[in-house]
Amino acid sequence: MADYILNIRHIVKKYKEHVVLDDLSLEVEEGGVIVIIGPSGCGKSTLLRCINGLEKIQSGSISTNIQGYTGNIMDMGVSRQKIGMVFQSYDLFPHMDVLGNIMLAPVKVQKREKDKVKKEALALLERVGLENKAKSYPRQLSGGQKQRVAIVRALIMHPEIMLFDEVTAALDPEMTREVLDVILSLANQGKTMLIVTHEMKFARAVADRIIFMDEGKIIESNTPEKFFENPETDRAKKFLNVFSFDNKIS
Amino acid sequence: MDFGYIEKVWPLYQKAALLTVKIGLEGVFLAILTGLFCAVVLYEKVPVIRHIVTVYIETSRNTPLLVQLFFIYYGLPKAGIMLSPETCGAAGLAFLGGSYMAEAFRSGLQGVDNIQKESAYSLGLSKAQIMCYVVLLQAVSTSIPAFLANIIFLLKETSVFSAVSLMDLMFTAKDLIGLYYKTTESLTLLVVFYLVILLPVLVAGAIAERRLRYAGFGA
Repeated sequence: MADYILNIRHIVKKYKEHVVLDDLSLEVEEGGVIVIIGPSGCGKSTLLRCINGLEKIQSGSISTNIQGYTGNIMDMGVSRQKIGMVFQSYDLFPHMDVLGNIMLAPVKVQKREKDKVKKEALALLERVGLENKAKSYPRQLSGGQKQRVAIVRALIMHPEIMLFDEVTAALDPEMTREVLDVILSLANQGKTMLIVTHEMKFARAVADRIIFMDEGKIIESNTPEKFFENPETDRAKKFLNVFSFDNKIS
Repeated sequence: MDFGYIEKVWPLYQKAALLTVKIGLEGVFLAILTGLFCAVVLYEKVPVIRHIVTVYIETSRNTPLLVQLFFIYYGLPKAGIMLSPETCGAAGLAFLGGSYMAEAFRSGLQGVDNIQKESAYSLGLSKAQIMCYVVLLQAVSTSIPAFLANIIFLLKETSVFSAVSLMDLMFTAKDLIGLYYKTTESLTLLVVFYLVILLPVLVAGAIAERRLRYAGFGA
């Protein structure tokens, strides 16, 4: 169907004999915010990595319907520019300052004009509250600041889809908040996003749809309200119980 | 100490030192280029070429420089390639140093976190661009201490140049001893000149190492 920006059909991903993604299908419509949750090792990060072409899939297809880049993801290097990704570990380039990090890809890959890119970079930095850090190096930034720069670095490529792979997993609550706020504001602007997270309250606030995964399969796909209040599957209930137990302790 | 003698031969030593430094630097420069090339080939697992590189590295590291020089100086002319002693010296040093530089550089490349490449890839950078803008600079900066250690090692190895009739420091000292029997003075001067050449490199190495270890980028 044409209104899907991303169409994942029966993909299988194996590491040798170990099946990580097991005949998984998923459609994402334009502007949709999909939050993927599930236990560790369920394949959610691998799914994002496959979408971005970082992992080869053994069968199935991932196709996009991004303007001018319709087709199978695996076949087109260009589409990587249209799919932005932010990782869990701080992955800024340590030998470049913040501006250098942000400007590298638009200038070298998209061959855009340096002055214009710089202007846009500064504007984006201001939006995430880091306008005074343009000349700082990654090691001078906190984890939350680094992740916000990483988000800007992905955004400046004007991606049609943003992938967030547990971007707050290594952050303390305050920093988590500042990063999640940025992602939330992107969602409100209608950016198509796939988010892997363990922040359940955030998931509920940001998602149009929750995908619950286990053992390489999508177990449940539901609206956030239904999923968190009355999940359909026992596996999801069990998973969510763990979180409510955690809440009682704290 | 015969200071009159020292004064007399001082210009000869100066000339020899300049030659040593010149060929030494040429050799080091070529060695760095060779090392860079080999390290990248091994790192990227370039088919066929990487096997050639492996053979080169093992040959180069497991034979003495003297033997390598003899091959270049006496062997290559038999194959129709005539090189001046100076070119031979630089080529020999590059042949020996290339493998050491390659190993130093390879460990630097391997030290670059995989996530760096993945995030560059996800930004749409090509393989060559990732190597050039992201991986290479980080790798070079971590291998600078090893690089400088190699440079000192290679500059010292220039002392075997005398075997291919290059008028380097060692050759000059031995020659003068043979002529005047002023062993003490000649050898003292030899030590002094090597120190003058090598100490600055050593100091530069220490500074670079300290900066990289305790400060790093953005200091």
